Amino acid sequence: MTATRPATAQETEETAVRDDRPAPGPARRLTRTQRILVRAAVLTLLAVAVTFVLDPYRNYQLAVVAATFCATAGLTLLVGLTGQLSLGHAVLMAAGGYGYALTVNAAAGAGLDGDGGASLARVVLGLAGAVVVSGAVGGLLGLAGARLRGPYLAGLTLAMVVALPALTAQVPALGGDQGLAVPFEGVPEALSRLIVVEQWHAWVAIVVAAVAVTPLALLRSGRAGLRMRAVHGDETAARLSGVSPARVKVGAFVASSLAAGLGGALLCLVTQSVGPGHYDLAFSLLLVVAAVVGGLGSLGGAAAGAALVVLLPWLVDTVTAAVGVPADLEQRLSGNLAVLVFGALLIVVTLVWPGGLARAATRRRHRPRGRTDAPAASPHPTASQPLER
Amino acid sequence: MDRLVFLLATGFARGLVIALFALSLVIVWRAARLVNFAQAAVATVAVFAAFAVTGATGSFWAGLAAALVAGAVLNAAVERGLMRRVPSGSPLPGMIVAIGLVMVLQSALGIAFGPRHRPMAAPFDERPFVVGGVPLLSAYDLFVLVVALAVVGLLAWLFNGTSLGLQLRASAAAPEVSRLLGVRVPRMVTLGWALSGAVAALAALLLVPTELGLNAHSADLLFVHAFTVAALGGLDSPTGALVGGVVVGVLVSLVTGYVGAGVAPLAVLALLTLVLLVRPGGIFAAAQVRAA
Amino acid sequence: MTAATSSALAVDGLTVGYAGAPVLDGLRLAVAPGEVVALLGANGAGKTTLLRALSGLTPPRAGRVLLDGADLTALSVEDRARRGLAQVPEGRSVVTELTVDENLRLGALWCHPGRAARRAAVARTYDLFEPLARRRSSLGHQLSGGERQMLALGRALLARPRVLLLDEPSLGLAPRVVAQLMGVLRTTARETGLTVLLAEQNVTSALSIADRGVVLSLGAVVVDAPAPELAGDPALRHAYLGF
Repeated sequence: MTATRPATAQETEETAVRDDRPAPGPARRLTRTQRILVRAAVLTLLAVAVTFVLDPYRNYQLAVVAATFCATAGLTLLVGLTGQLSLGHAVLMAAGGYGYALTVNAAAGAGLDGDGGASLARVVLGLAGAVVVSGAVGGLLGLAGARLRGPYLAGLTLAMVVALPALTAQVPALGGDQGLAVPFEGVPEALSRLIVVEQWHAWVAIVVAAVAVTPLALLRSGRAGLRMRAVHGDETAARLSGVSPARVKVGAFVASSLAAGLGGALLCLVTQSVGPGHYDLAFSLLLVVAAVVGGLGSLGGAAAGAALVVLLPWLVDTVTAAVGVPADLEQRLSGNLAVLVFGALLIVVTLVWPGGLARAATRRRHRPRGRTDAPAASPHPTASQPLER
Repeated sequence: MDRLVFLLATGFARGLVIALFALSLVIVWRAARLVNFAQAAVATVAVFAAFAVTGATGSFWAGLAAALVAGAVLNAAVERGLMRRVPSGSPLPGMIVAIGLVMVLQSALGIAFGPRHRPMAAPFDERPFVVGGVPLLSAYDLFVLVVALAVVGLLAWLFNGTSLGLQLRASAAAPEVSRLLGVRVPRMVTLGWALSGAVAALAALLLVPTELGLNAHSADLLFVHAFTVAALGGLDSPTGALVGGVVVGVLVSLVTGYVGAGVAPLAVLALLTLVLLVRPGGIFAAAQVRAA
Repeated sequence: MTAATSSALAVDGLTVGYAGAPVLDGLRLAVAPGEVVALLGANGAGKTTLLRALSGLTPPRAGRVLLDGADLTALSVEDRARRGLAQVPEGRSVVTELTVDENLRLGALWCHPGRAARRAAVARTYDLFEPLARRRSSLGHQLSGGERQMLALGRALLARPRVLLLDEPSLGLAPRVVAQLMGVLRTTARETGLTVLLAEQNVTSALSIADRGVVLSLGAVVVDAPAPELAGDPALRHAYLGF
């Protein structure tokens, strides 16, 4: 070491974080990686514990939220850290779902049918299949996206989502509009007296979500996360620092599509089917809503957002049914009212409340810092005068 | 051979309408440097307004006028009320706000009108004229062609031959400098959006009800087509939008005619992917000569 | 200080910039009608910030800008232009996508209603700036640096402004072109009684046509003296102008 003065405590801490060594300090501290893994394990166990107090339908919803969380976690990272807006993440989930379905059906056809061990083996194989397909699609998309500026990538992903039904109709193996069905995965023998199938599915979903999202958390807080932020901020400067913007962007896309693919596989597992009807533009937009409202770049926010987009439509349906509106109106409100609220939320969060739920949560925890910058009292430090672009 | 001519002719006519919609995107891009992802949703609201007016008055022309007004007013309101408040610096917030708007508008239409696809009777005959034994364009196709060409001509005259057009162009190209010269740039930007809204509404009205029937989501495909056209022609270039529109229109027509309607979105996606990979700036993109 | 009401342009207590680090801090300045004032100072002294604040492009934290005694604070950029406060901003201010003729017509639009009046006004500008007449159909980006500045100046003068602000018009131009530009500026100002505030790093050429020189340093006025005095006093020049 050729330091000419002793490093300050802050500098030591920063170096430690960067190099992932335990930081020296009064008490023995964990490395960054260990902290994330511990947190993931604790949250997973908590979630599993929660399944015991929920009724079967709630557990089913929990499974769906976990599956959605896989996709929103990847999306929030992609948009929040690298600034690439994908309007077609539903397609990546669909890729995972179809990959899962095709693999599972092939495995069942090849003799791996039946319950118990065979069921678990099928699920694992199916998840692997999902990851392969979604990773491939995500990789291709990322390669295209790396060359495109924001609106063009968004437009391309939009075109993809709109074209999905046409694709599934043209390729017979994908089952057209009906989609594909997969065998029902029941509770393993050993647990069948303790839990019902919805709880079992919830467990599988929680574990898979943990497996999908934890690597994202590690990526985000480490060097990869720094690189992503560097590329988002200023590509030229990043390139001069030795970071390859294309590689980072593609990497981010692949990472988020692997997670989304697992989410799609989970949805297929829980609903026993996959089809183009579910993975449409509306669903893609819901994923964007979840990421934005939760707070772009925040994994906790992605979880909150996933819960929001899964539960709010159900809530709306329940309320309208309870209130007793005429059947015709009820049908028209179903789906649409929730979307209306979500659209309004997107606008409000972006204009008035950037940072979404995640920012609100941290604001309460930390002392609010006074604003020493901004010449005029504008809500956005980056906003210039309205029309100068 | 007959079939080919027919498909080419109708593709050309439809393509011009797609070009019109793409032109509306170009107008907003030049005025505000963003892709108005909410354009199709706004146009759909305008077409619903046209529907209502035609239903009430029995006149297609009254409905057309209503669509133009609705499109212009709504787009202007969007610009004044929403887009002005979007933080600049990154295109991301603008896109997200536009998407939020799409969700609000489409779901509101769905709540108000339900999921049915409403067909609209064309004001002219839809059966094709047969010239020398070859079916060509229908009277309606001719009408669409004439209207599209007229609007393109009108826009060209407005932008290049009038003082107002000069101000619009200057406000888009160099807003600060224009303001220093006394040009009311905010007003010009709003006007650009309004114009764009009217043009998009017209395009949607010409194409949507007779093709697919009107429903809250029927303009999504039109947007994708128009976006492809804009990408192909360059978001900056009106000429590009025209040429691109014809190309996409003919492509969709040929694919639909020879392979099947279901494959058309795939063909458009393939074209878009190809264009974005090969020439991300668009074939006709104007050279980067904008003043600092 | 001249009383605010008799100045063509007056600045009172202008503060621009961030709370902890203002770029302009309580700046005061007055320019008499018909005066040509050279605004001097090093890079970063605040010249451009001052001119932008005068035109309304940068909102101040505090202070007022007065044009012929009228407070401009509430007015937008375009409204200030229409009141007679014109600016030739720094750098490439010619609209490169428009032709020379279109650039000029743009400048004439609000104050010469009617096509005939505009055409006459533009023709007068061509008389004043001969090289532009030869290039009237060329696009902005096809012009040389000198031609562009000529165009920007001619365009600003079309609106018969009361006060003209210029931000580093000589930047990047050859000395001969600079001299030509300054000559036209001086002649026009004398003939029309135009008030000019000229921000320049080219001290010699600025002082050669100015009545008064004002030196900015770190956001405040440090020297305010008649131009000949400034140009002739070695101590002043050395201390504030670096030569």
